[in-house]
Amino acid sequence: MQSVQLGLIDYAILIIYVAFVVGIGFALRRYLKSSSDFLTSGRSIPAWVTGLAFISANLGALELVGMAASGAKYGIATSHFYWVGAIPAMVFLAIFMMPFYYGSKARSVPEYLKMRFDERVRALNSIAFAVMTVFASGISMNALAKLLNQLLGWNYHIALWICSGVVLIYVLKGGLTSAIYTEVLQFFMIVLGFAPVVYLGLKDVGGWGTMKASLQTVAQNPAALNLGTNAYPSEAWTSAWKPLLSGPAANPMGVDWFAMVFGLGFVLSFGYWCTNFLVVQRAMAAKNMSAARRTPLIAAVPKMLFPALVIVPGMIAIALTSMPDKQYRIPPPIISDNVYNRAVEAVKMAAAMDPEDALPMVSEAMGRKLNAERITALVKGAENLTDQQIKQGIYDAIAEYDYDGVILSLVKKYCPPGLLGLALTALLASFMSGMAGNVTAFNTVWTYDLYQAYIAPNKSDQHYFWMGQAVTVVGILLSIACAYFASMYNNAMDIIQLVFGFVNAPLFATFLLGMFWARTTGTGAFLGLFGGIAGSALFHAFTLSAGNAPGVKGGYLAVWQTFPSEMAQNFWLASFAFTVCFVLTLGISLVTRRTKTDAELKGLVYSLTPKIKDEEKAWYLRPATLGIILLVCCVILNLIFW
Amino acid sequence: MGLDIRWPIGLMFSLIGVMLVVYGLITGSNAELYHRSLDINVNLLWGMLLTVFGVAMLLLAWRGARVNPVPQQ
Repeated sequence: MQSVQLGLIDYAILIIYVAFVVGIGFALRRYLKSSSDFLTSGRSIPAWVTGLAFISANLGALELVGMAASGAKYGIATSHFYWVGAIPAMVFLAIFMMPFYYGSKARSVPEYLKMRFDERVRALNSIAFAVMTVFASGISMNALAKLLNQLLGWNYHIALWICSGVVLIYVLKGGLTSAIYTEVLQFFMIVLGFAPVVYLGLKDVGGWGTMKASLQTVAQNPAALNLGTNAYPSEAWTSAWKPLLSGPAANPMGVDWFAMVFGLGFVLSFGYWCTNFLVVQRAMAAKNMSAARRTPLIAAVPKMLFPALVIVPGMIAIALTSMPDKQYRIPPPIISDNVYNRAVEAVKMAAAMDPEDALPMVSEAMGRKLNAERITALVKGAENLTDQQIKQGIYDAIAEYDYDGVILSLVKKYCPPGLLGLALTALLASFMSGMAGNVTAFNTVWTYDLYQAYIAPNKSDQHYFWMGQAVTVVGILLSIACAYFASMYNNAMDIIQLVFGFVNAPLFATFLLGMFWARTTGTGAFLGLFGGIAGSALFHAFTLSAGNAPGVKGGYLAVWQTFPSEMAQNFWLASFAFTVCFVLTLGISLVTRRTKTDAELKGLVYSLTPKIKDEEKAWYLRPATLGIILLVCCVILNLIFW
Repeated sequence: MGLDIRWPIGLMFSLIGVMLVVYGLITGSNAELYHRSLDINVNLLWGMLLTVFGVAMLLLAWRGARVNPVPQQ
């Protein structure tokens, strides 16, 4: 509840960081001469730089905060989002898909779709992508500004505008190159800023072994810590696969292994890593084909190791919560002052009444589950307490958690001034890298795929250069507007994210058929995509997850199927949408006429493109070899944490 | 592009590293300050590591500039 005071040293570190990222933008300014320098960075960057930028753009603040939260909620099984839900797709992108993206000279993913299919598919993809990027960026900005506000006492508006302002300056000055370069710097900042926190946390809980032992105790009775009502086998938080294979009831995710492997590991993962322009753009900026293909492979190395940095903190938080002498608990949900004031009044009124009636009254005022003993004690002693002390007492009695606060609460717990500044800078760096990624992807898609394609074709390059810069400013302003919107209407945001889920789920089927089957037609792809989106919306309308009422969470037309958890519902939805899109695209392509000849599809479809000769390179530098090594390492990690 | 990103990365981490080392040395005797970091002077230790990382980056950039001079545009 008390916010942390930053010292001079902390501000100094923050300011040095900001000075460097802005400085990089200014240093790169003189290399910008054309729209392609600004928007696609003129294909000039070495592979290790694009590789680290690839992963850094993905490692936004929401990823960092959200994965630590999942680490607390689900334990080590969260690593499936990395080892199942990322590495295989990244290897596939490098070996099979990059040759078409890079070789086709497309400037964006929607532009590839236009070359491969037609304008309809491009328009559908680029509009959906542009809208989603702005909203995604806004949602993440709102979440971060809220966290900084609640846990550090920073002003919400100032945090929002200053962070966005810094990103705006360096992207505007140096374009995509600047975003990519700063992402590399941010990558190191994030790793080096959080590593000591994880180390201190692990040391404090008594090392890996002790942490594991306490998580095993927690798993058998999570209710004791208010972590839900179900009990699980002891390895539920500490094994990746065993609880999954025992069925949805045996793991806190409530997911079965098929939904995990097919839904997450295939549909969602390949859909994100292989088709999302936010990450693919980094690889497209590489200086040659070989560097472009190595980009996702280089990125896969840190991605594989990130669970240590982002999931372990969540597990540490649970272990600490289970150790009373550590005096730690996961922060409670963020609640507005008005609600607190009402609850303080309720406590004062209850003091005159029977203590037994106090709890329901205060709970109702708070709208949260509260600890009965603490509230009874608080009500008894309320006469002698100030409002502020009562407020603190209520805060301490909240028996619910806001898992998103895990990372910052550990930073607060372990960092003295100095390290504190470093860790906070790391958090801001992750936020800025994610935001710059969104902005640079947005301005490229807008300028090339919407503005140049449909609004103002055949203008001079200087005009598009100007448009790219103008839309960078507009994109950031729109994101800020979305952040304010998100802070006002939480439910609206849930619905928007839900719709994005519908749009994204079927996408990989279109790419898979388009790239590997020359017979796929534009009409097939377009209608298949639409069918897939409609399919996921219908799937959602007829299914529900346990514990939810029909409505935003699904099942508003009828409940034909109930899933054990929202995550399971989500994975099955993706699998369903993919299948619908795949079957429709296949069927419609067979009955419609091809509009592109084999010659036109050269370089866009696998069977019609000359194979890339890797033979001249040493065998250990070939993408296929590197990919296999990565997959083997990934399997080994899965076995270690089986 | 004419900028080797290793220069700014190296410079920034060397600078922050040295600052943390100096701060760690000045505050090293303040036991209360380091109580939260389990009585370890993390500023001194982590500052040293950051400095080493920063200097290593600078050396790589310096070597890169000698072996493969950046063409002037």
